[in-house]
Amino acid sequence: MTDTDIIVVGAGPAGSCAAIAAAKAGKRVVLIERGPFPGSKNMYGGVIYPRILDELIPDWFEHAPIQRWIVRRSTMLLSDTGALNIDYRSNAWGQAPYNGATAYRPDFDNWLAQQAVAAGAELICSTTVTGLLRDAQGRINGITTDRPDGDLTASVVIACDGVNSFIAKDAGLYKAVDASNYTLGVKETLSLPKNVIDERFGVRDNQGVDIEILGGTSGVNGGGFIYTNLDTIALGVVLKLPKLSAQKKRPEEIIAELKRHPAIAPLIEGAEVIEYSAHLIPEAGLDMMPKMVADGLLVAGDAAALCLAAGIWLEGVNFAMASGMYAGQSAVQAITAGNTTASGLQSYTKKLNETFVLKDHKKLRKIPHLVLSDRVQHKYPGFVTGIMERMFRVENPHPKPGVRRILREERKKAGISLMDLVRDALTGLKGFG
Amino acid sequence: MSLESLRAANNIERDATWAEMSFQERIDTAEFRIHERAHITVNGDSCRGCTTRECVVACPANLFVPTSDGGILFNYENCFECGTCYMVCNEAGAITWTYPEGGYGIVFHRT
Repeated sequence: MTDTDIIVVGAGPAGSCAAIAAAKAGKRVVLIERGPFPGSKNMYGGVIYPRILDELIPDWFEHAPIQRWIVRRSTMLLSDTGALNIDYRSNAWGQAPYNGATAYRPDFDNWLAQQAVAAGAELICSTTVTGLLRDAQGRINGITTDRPDGDLTASVVIACDGVNSFIAKDAGLYKAVDASNYTLGVKETLSLPKNVIDERFGVRDNQGVDIEILGGTSGVNGGGFIYTNLDTIALGVVLKLPKLSAQKKRPEEIIAELKRHPAIAPLIEGAEVIEYSAHLIPEAGLDMMPKMVADGLLVAGDAAALCLAAGIWLEGVNFAMASGMYAGQSAVQAITAGNTTASGLQSYTKKLNETFVLKDHKKLRKIPHLVLSDRVQHKYPGFVTGIMERMFRVENPHPKPGVRRILREERKKAGISLMDLVRDALTGLKGFG
Repeated sequence: MSLESLRAANNIERDATWAEMSFQERIDTAEFRIHERAHITVNGDSCRGCTTRECVVACPANLFVPTSDGGILFNYENCFECGTCYMVCNEAGAITWTYPEGGYGIVFHRT
C-alpha cells in the first residue's frame, strides 16, 4: 500500500491542474511545493491564456486573481533610434469569455493551488523534493524530501518541478542539457499610478496591454516585453544564454538600455522598480523536449520544456495547465486500470499529441530557432525600421523614391542578401503554418 | 513669461527620468529568506583554470565575483534560483547546484 495515489511535485500551473484533475476523479493526491506558498518561486514574461481552464474550473474568470485583461496586443521592432509598432486592439477581449490576462504569478498560482485543495488534494508547502524512490524493479514509486522522515510513496509521481526539473533529469528523460536551448528572463516590476498607466497605454478599467519587442537587447539574441498590471508595469528582456555571456553585458544593463530607448522611455517615466526578478525559460520547443513518460512518472509544464516561444506567440502557462491536466487524467486512468508502467501511462503522450500542446509545437518547430537567429535578431529590426523611416519621411523638393527602390537600398544597407531574405521568408511562411 | 524662459522650457531634456538605482538597491527589492546552508557551492580550483568566466556576466543576481588570485568568490544568499550559472558554466564540477531548503530562498510577490 502506498502513502498516496499520486504525488505532484511543484504547485505551479502544471502541478495544480494535475492535482485538480486527479482529485476530482477521486484519487488521493499530495501536491508538494518547495516555496513557502504556491507561486513564490515563479515569475514570467507574461500573459496567461486561461481558456483551457474551462474544462477544470468553468467559472474561473469570475474568481481568478487577474490584474488586467489584454485588449491591445503589440509587436514592436526596435532599431537604435526607430520603432515600428504593430498594434491590434479588441475591447471584446476585455469581456467574457475573455482571451489573455496579466496576473502576478504568486497570486494566480496560489489561487490555482487552492482550487486543487478545494477538489480534495493535500497541499504541502516549504518542502523540497530531493530525489525519486524506486521499487525492486527500478520503477519510480515515490519521492524523498528534505523533511525529517519525509519519504513518500505513490503509484504515480507527476513532475511539475519547473524549468530546471531535477526529477526529469534524475529519471534520465533529458538528453544532455544544452544552454543554447534556454533563455534568461529578467524583469522589473515598475510602480506607476493606475490612471497614469491607463492614459499612457490608452486603456480603461481593467483593460491591459501586451507589447512584445524584437531588437533593443543590446546585441544579445532575445527580445523584450512590457505588460500592464493594474498599478505596475512589468518590463523585461529574455536573453539567449551563450550569447549573453559572450557579449559581456550584464542583464540589468540590457534592461537599462531598453528603458532608455526613445519609444520606451516615455511609457515608464517616473516609474520606480519595486521588484526585480529572474527565471530561465525553456525556449527551443520540440527540439529540446524530454521523454515525458517513464515507469511511474509523468512530466508536465516547464519541466517538460512545454513553453512556446514562437515570436508572435509567446505562451507557457496555458501549456503548463493543459499538460498538467492531461497528466493528472492519465495517472488516474492508469491507476484505475492497474498499470502505472510507462505503457500504462501512454495515454498522456497520446493526449498531448492530439491537442494543441504538441500540435502547436510541431507546427511551429522551426520558429523558435528562426526568431533567435542572428539575422532576425540583428539585421531585420534595422531593415524594417529603415524602410519605415524612408517611406514616411517627406524629402521635398525631392520626389518620393518609390517602394521598390527603398526595399532594395535598405536591404543592402542592412547587409541581407536577397537569397537569405527569401529563405527566411519561406521558413517563416512554412513555419507559421 | 519672457521669450527667453519659453525657449528654455522648450529645451528641457526629456530623456530617462526614472531614478537610477545601485545593484544592491535592485536586489533589495526582492525578498530572500536565507538559510544557513549554501544551496549552491563553487569549487574555486576549477574556476582558476577557467578563462571565459561566463557566470560572472550572466548571473542576474551578480553573485560571482572574480578575485585577484584568479578564483571566484561566490555568495548564495541573494540567489534567484534561476539555474543560469550551471547552464553557462564550462568547467565540469565547478558548480554544485541544488534548491534551498523548503520554505527558504527567493520569495516573489509581484512577478
